[in-house]
Amino acid sequence: MDHKELELKSIEYRKTILDIIYNGGAGHTSGSLSCIDILNVLYNNILKINPNNFNSTDRNRYVQSKGHTVEALYTVLCDQNFFSRKDLNSLNKFNSHFIGHPTRKVPGIEHNTGALGHGLSVAVGMAIGFKLDNKPYKVYTLLGDGELSEGSIWESLLSASKYKLDNLVIIIDRNGLQITGKTEEVNPIEPLLDKFQSFGLCVKQVDGNSVSELDQVFKEIPFENNQPNLIIANTIKGKGISFIENQVVWHHKLPSEEEYNNAIQELNIQLENFK
Amino acid sequence: MIQKANLEIFAETLLDLAKKDKEIVVVTSDSRGSGKLTKFGKELPDQIIEVGIAEQNLVGICAGLAAVGKKVFGVSPSSFLTARSLEQIKNDIAYSNHPVTLVGISAGVSYGQLGSTHHSIHDLAVLRTINNISIVVPSDNFETKESIKEAVNYKSPLFIRFGKKPMLKIHNEDDTFKIGKGAKIIEGSDVMFVTTGETAQRALLASEILHKKNISCSIINMHTIKPFDSDLFLDCLSKVKAVITVEEHSENGGLGEKCASIISQSNINIAFKIVGFPDEYMTNGSQSDVLDHYNMSPEKLAEIADDILK
Repeated sequence: MDHKELELKSIEYRKTILDIIYNGGAGHTSGSLSCIDILNVLYNNILKINPNNFNSTDRNRYVQSKGHTVEALYTVLCDQNFFSRKDLNSLNKFNSHFIGHPTRKVPGIEHNTGALGHGLSVAVGMAIGFKLDNKPYKVYTLLGDGELSEGSIWESLLSASKYKLDNLVIIIDRNGLQITGKTEEVNPIEPLLDKFQSFGLCVKQVDGNSVSELDQVFKEIPFENNQPNLIIANTIKGKGISFIENQVVWHHKLPSEEEYNNAIQELNIQLENFK
Repeated sequence: MIQKANLEIFAETLLDLAKKDKEIVVVTSDSRGSGKLTKFGKELPDQIIEVGIAEQNLVGICAGLAAVGKKVFGVSPSSFLTARSLEQIKNDIAYSNHPVTLVGISAGVSYGQLGSTHHSIHDLAVLRTINNISIVVPSDNFETKESIKEAVNYKSPLFIRFGKKPMLKIHNEDDTFKIGKGAKIIEGSDVMFVTTGETAQRALLASEILHKKNISCSIINMHTIKPFDSDLFLDCLSKVKAVITVEEHSENGGLGEKCASIISQSNINIAFKIVGFPDEYMTNGSQSDVLDHYNMSPEKLAEIADDILK
């Protein structure tokens, strides 16, 4: 997909995220909006994961460690035809498989996440498995920046480096906020670049809301042979909707009817301007 | 007859199986020595993953390896594996339904004088409350070997725990073993010992003392704590006058309470006693000393049986 098509997708995806959260009665609104461009580029241009090959062991993998922004993942998987929009509209309803964190009951979901600090170890295990079998597949995993306080993340990085996992791609959704406030006030994690480099990873930083920058950086993988790849994707939490951007309160806030209408109106204007 | 430690049988069996099946991968947390896997590491270096002292990461990596088709054994002291990594077991293995076998070595009070940090008298209780994971506690070399063989192709999450001391022979090689089915060891008519794992040998020695007093014992080893073979338990229980459960585990949440739950919900009235570790600041000593102190010497078990029948 070219970058224009990806940009259009991102606006449409944001509308879907707002729709399903508003209709489902709950969701992680701003975090889903910060990471949707990353998922857009991955699923449309990079991963080559689709309903036809999902049951095969011979394919790339995507593990969403920051499970709470599952609405972004559902949105992209729906667009990849893993399930219908009608199914997705059952989000949060009784007996629906579409719950507030990724579950393998939903087609296209690789691993059950929700508790933070788990996905990276699992991704490391997958990447080691591919290395053991000399298979050419890559494992992509998306982590939140607040999640980096979990000690298990740093355990996993040691193993990733030890086993020279250049088939592992770690993406940090660096939106700077977590449920309580700014990451640098809740529990400072900077200097992130230095920390990751000192753990033996090859690190690049991009604008994580720029589909062209993301597309470019993913195509440069492996950055170096024998080194795990890590991308700090600098994003804006709530990206795309003026009154949600960078507002802590929107971490798990449900839009009111008025807020929902205003958000959709903003996105419709973006669509108009785009065309 | 004294046999090898179950730990050694585990390591030998796994090495034999892994030589024939390159999909078998072992993951250790600086535990290849304590897991008797040094030889495995030398002979099959491409089938062992070492994560260092990082049990949470160990369990997550096990899940990832299983997700790409490996037959995975995660090996770590039961104490750390089941307490420190409990959330990884719950979410990454059980809830995500990856067919990983987690092997808790040096379980119970195997580490003796090393103290409570290293003891796992909680592991059965906590894992009993996790959905979608089977729990196996083999008694002797036979059950250990058979459980590891069955684990290789077990289709869902599995936890196996055992100790590291030489074991009495309990089973014959032509006995049957299946995860989910309890094992009758001896049949009698007065009192039944229900054991799990290595306490079976203590019950067996107790039964010899009781035999001299003309007290007839049954012993069943419930090597599978979950799913529990209630049918066998109830069938054997119907033939005796009293039941004593014996476990190298807290009295809370283990074998004994499982049996009590079945008995009470079946409206059965029978003399019943749980022998395990009480909820107290525990004493120190060798594994054998600690088991003896908490009523698990053969003599004490025989005395308890004698009393309960009066």
